[in-house]
Amino acid sequence: MTEPEPLLSVRHLTTLFEVNRKTYACALEDVSFDVYPYQTVGLVGESGCGKSTTLLSILRLLPPNARLSGQVFFKGVDLLSLSEQQMRAYRWKELALIFQSAMNALNPVLRVDEQILEAILLHRLMPREQARQRVHELLDLVGIAPQRGRQYPFQFSGGMRQRAMIAMALACSPSLLFADEPTTALDVMIQAQVLELLKDIQKKLGLAIVLVTHDLGVVAELCDQVVVLYGGKVVESGSVDQIYNSPQHPYTQKLLESFPDLHHPSSTLASIPGTPPRLTELPPGCRFEPRCFARFDRCRHEAPPLRQVAEKHYAACHLLEGKSPNAGSI
Amino acid sequence: MSSSHYLLRKFAFALLTIFIVILINFVLFRVLPGDPVRAVIGRNVKISAEVQQSLREQFGLDKPVFPDQFLMTMKQWASGNLGVSWSLRRPVAEILWSKLWNTILLIGLGQILSIVFGVVLGLLAGWKRKTALDAAALTFSLIAWATPTFWLGIILLAAGSTWLGLPTGGILSPQNVGKPLHTVLPDLAAHLVLPTLTLTILYLGEYMLIMRSSIVETLSEDYILTAKAKGLSQWQILWRHALKNAMLPIVTIIALNLGFTVSGAIYIETVFSYDGLGKLFQTALTKQDYPLLQGAFLLLAVSVILANMLADILYTLLDPRVKSS
Amino acid sequence: METWQRLKRNLSELWQSFRRNRMGLIGLGLVLSALAVAILAPWLTPYHPQQVIRDANGRGLTFAPPSVHPPLGTDDGGHDVWAQLVYGARSSLTVGFLAGFIAMFVGSFLGILAGYFGGWLDNFLMRLTDVLLVIPDLPLMLVLVATIRQMQLKISPLTVLILVIGLLYWTSTARLVRSQVLSIKERQFVARARAIGAGHAHIIRRHILPQVLPLIVANTVLILSTAILIESGLAFLGLGDPTKPSWGTMLNFAFDRNAISNGAWWFYLPPGLAIVWVSLGCVLLGNVLEEMLNPRLSGHHLEGEARILKHGERK
Repeated sequence: MTEPEPLLSVRHLTTLFEVNRKTYACALEDVSFDVYPYQTVGLVGESGCGKSTTLLSILRLLPPNARLSGQVFFKGVDLLSLSEQQMRAYRWKELALIFQSAMNALNPVLRVDEQILEAILLHRLMPREQARQRVHELLDLVGIAPQRGRQYPFQFSGGMRQRAMIAMALACSPSLLFADEPTTALDVMIQAQVLELLKDIQKKLGLAIVLVTHDLGVVAELCDQVVVLYGGKVVESGSVDQIYNSPQHPYTQKLLESFPDLHHPSSTLASIPGTPPRLTELPPGCRFEPRCFARFDRCRHEAPPLRQVAEKHYAACHLLEGKSPNAGSI
Repeated sequence: MSSSHYLLRKFAFALLTIFIVILINFVLFRVLPGDPVRAVIGRNVKISAEVQQSLREQFGLDKPVFPDQFLMTMKQWASGNLGVSWSLRRPVAEILWSKLWNTILLIGLGQILSIVFGVVLGLLAGWKRKTALDAAALTFSLIAWATPTFWLGIILLAAGSTWLGLPTGGILSPQNVGKPLHTVLPDLAAHLVLPTLTLTILYLGEYMLIMRSSIVETLSEDYILTAKAKGLSQWQILWRHALKNAMLPIVTIIALNLGFTVSGAIYIETVFSYDGLGKLFQTALTKQDYPLLQGAFLLLAVSVILANMLADILYTLLDPRVKSS
Repeated sequence: METWQRLKRNLSELWQSFRRNRMGLIGLGLVLSALAVAILAPWLTPYHPQQVIRDANGRGLTFAPPSVHPPLGTDDGGHDVWAQLVYGARSSLTVGFLAGFIAMFVGSFLGILAGYFGGWLDNFLMRLTDVLLVIPDLPLMLVLVATIRQMQLKISPLTVLILVIGLLYWTSTARLVRSQVLSIKERQFVARARAIGAGHAHIIRRHILPQVLPLIVANTVLILSTAILIESGLAFLGLGDPTKPSWGTMLNFAFDRNAISNGAWWFYLPPGLAIVWVSLGCVLLGNVLEEMLNPRLSGHHLEGEARILKHGERK
């Protein structure tokens, strides 16, 4: 069976923020991963590890003090080589984005249907009348009565707003959907509904999803592939099965330990003392070294490279040196 | 809270404020020393016993101050009888009415110009934050804020009349007074240039500053990032997503500013001898013409309060979040 | 006293960052230089402002243009403009500062009461500020001052101005202080103090006041500029004290006595510039202080695009 081409292929993506003339904060360093059609990839890690920055870097939505380098191939085109105007044609039409808090992500003084309609008309996908029909279908698809589209976002409940946001994201039938913590701001019951909806939509429409979350329970339910980020670097990536059943990196192991019950995740990482490093004061060696239970002298001075530990399973830890690609869990 | 409830509250507040203004006016009028009738007609004015008697009756001076005199005064004010001016010996209401439109013309022109330019410049300054344009706009508005209105008027008057040959004051040249309006328009315009310019410069800075911070705040909202992620261009985002939200506070500010504008009109009309309510106010002040002073205060205060109420109503029409919910 | 010590530390930190702020230093310089002129007035000019300067023949020098002597020329009565200007600083700054401080005290007091105790008192005070906000301020002040004058109480005209300005301009301070107090009240150390039975006066003095004080200082500086501007305006309209002319009174004289048609720019330019000098100084200073205490947003979404580095390019 021939391997399909990846839809999105991120290579050596590095993002710096200019803090002042002399100081740069390194938000992402050498991040690489692939997203295949019809797949869901989970980006996981604590907050401040560069998950959202990864999405915004790919979409080039970062402020002017950001410096991007590397390549982001989407359907073979390097998005980072495009002009801003060319990039605009890709946004939403090919790559749509769902934000964490739909309350703030929807314009409060525009009607919901207008905001969805705007995206369709902007990319000139169909005439206005047909587009209106499509807005109705989309609202119906996400479980909102189409006539409620005439209302304003503040008249919606939190869950409905997130559904409306999903409808808006689907407006141009993108081939890739970025979801940035789509359920964090919702209460547990609604969370489950929205996740169910995302799953459903992926099955129906066959799009690829990149899901940013710190909730490993969600990852287990929705994702095919997992990329674990720490301090702006990929520390481990692999299939859900590989990550859950044989985590290689100490950080991944601890992260999993802190979610003992995948269906009732807690939001605190009790088992890892300390906090992620500040981006302006990154440790010179392995970024996880200050918090790592398995650290040794080398970790402090030398950053470990990503090593292949199994087929399509990579991890960055000095402890893995010399292990064969077929090795099991440590 | 429903929108009708909200409007009702605003209406009640306006009524309450007007009542307080009337109360202030009444109290101030009563604390003036001496015989109230003398206070009404002026110390040095000779007046027939007949008129004096009619004034006594008019103010109900044989009855107690509260509630009889107060209610009587209220009734009179409500029917448009604001007393007789000491210096001009004409009914105050009549005098006020004859000057009102000149002031509305001046304030209206100044407000429209300063709002249009202020909003546009503030929008540009906030959008292009931390550029030379932004720095220039900020510096200008700070200096404009720190400059006394009347002094800017004096400078423009001196400069305009010396170097540009513009009229030094008044609203029409003497030979044009009384002619039909359409024949004297160029003369009227020449008289309006300097006062309008003064008003515009002074209020421009403030509107610019408010619009700037409003647009910066709006553009920091998440929905602007959504709009950007949708593929909209900067102009499309500004026009469709930012402008309406950023303009909302401006509506309220314009109304609140009317109070300042009225202050500006008093200074500017004084400097340019412009024949409006502001100049009248200043004349009443120097001639210690209390009925005129208080009538003018009542009219100005009530107009500003009503304008604020109108702005609140307009706000509810513009912002869907207030309209329902 | 722990909170007061924290205040002291905060203030010294504030000063450290203030020292590096060019705008703030300019503002401080403008204000301090004006204060110095007001204090040193008698040493800065040989003349008294009411003294008529005469030429060799003993005639008064009217509308004499600036020269070495007199430096800023004379007015219509032959008085030295420079002497009026430096002595005028005393009247202008006295009224401005005293009125500003009254407004600050009233505003802070009512703001703390409203914010701390809440309830009907808060409601009443906030409605009162609403009312004062929509009544046009200049006409109200003119009517008030004119009536008080007419009552022939034995109060000096400058005192009347100080009281009227001070007692009308406390609303913005009150609102600001109130909202600050509301947020402090919710914090843990206040709840703890209350739980161990500390009295209201104690909590306000030890916990609330040190926290709101920096904000009050910043706000006072802004109020000062308003008070100075208002004083100049009222004096220009003839409500100043003619025996102690302030800069506004000078402009009133200049305007009434045809300085403009006589081309006597030295009579009407310097007092106005002096007013701009001080009020600009206060605004710069106040804005910088407020910004330091209450930093605003650092950026927005349309400021531009992220830079994409070519291969091998560094930063």
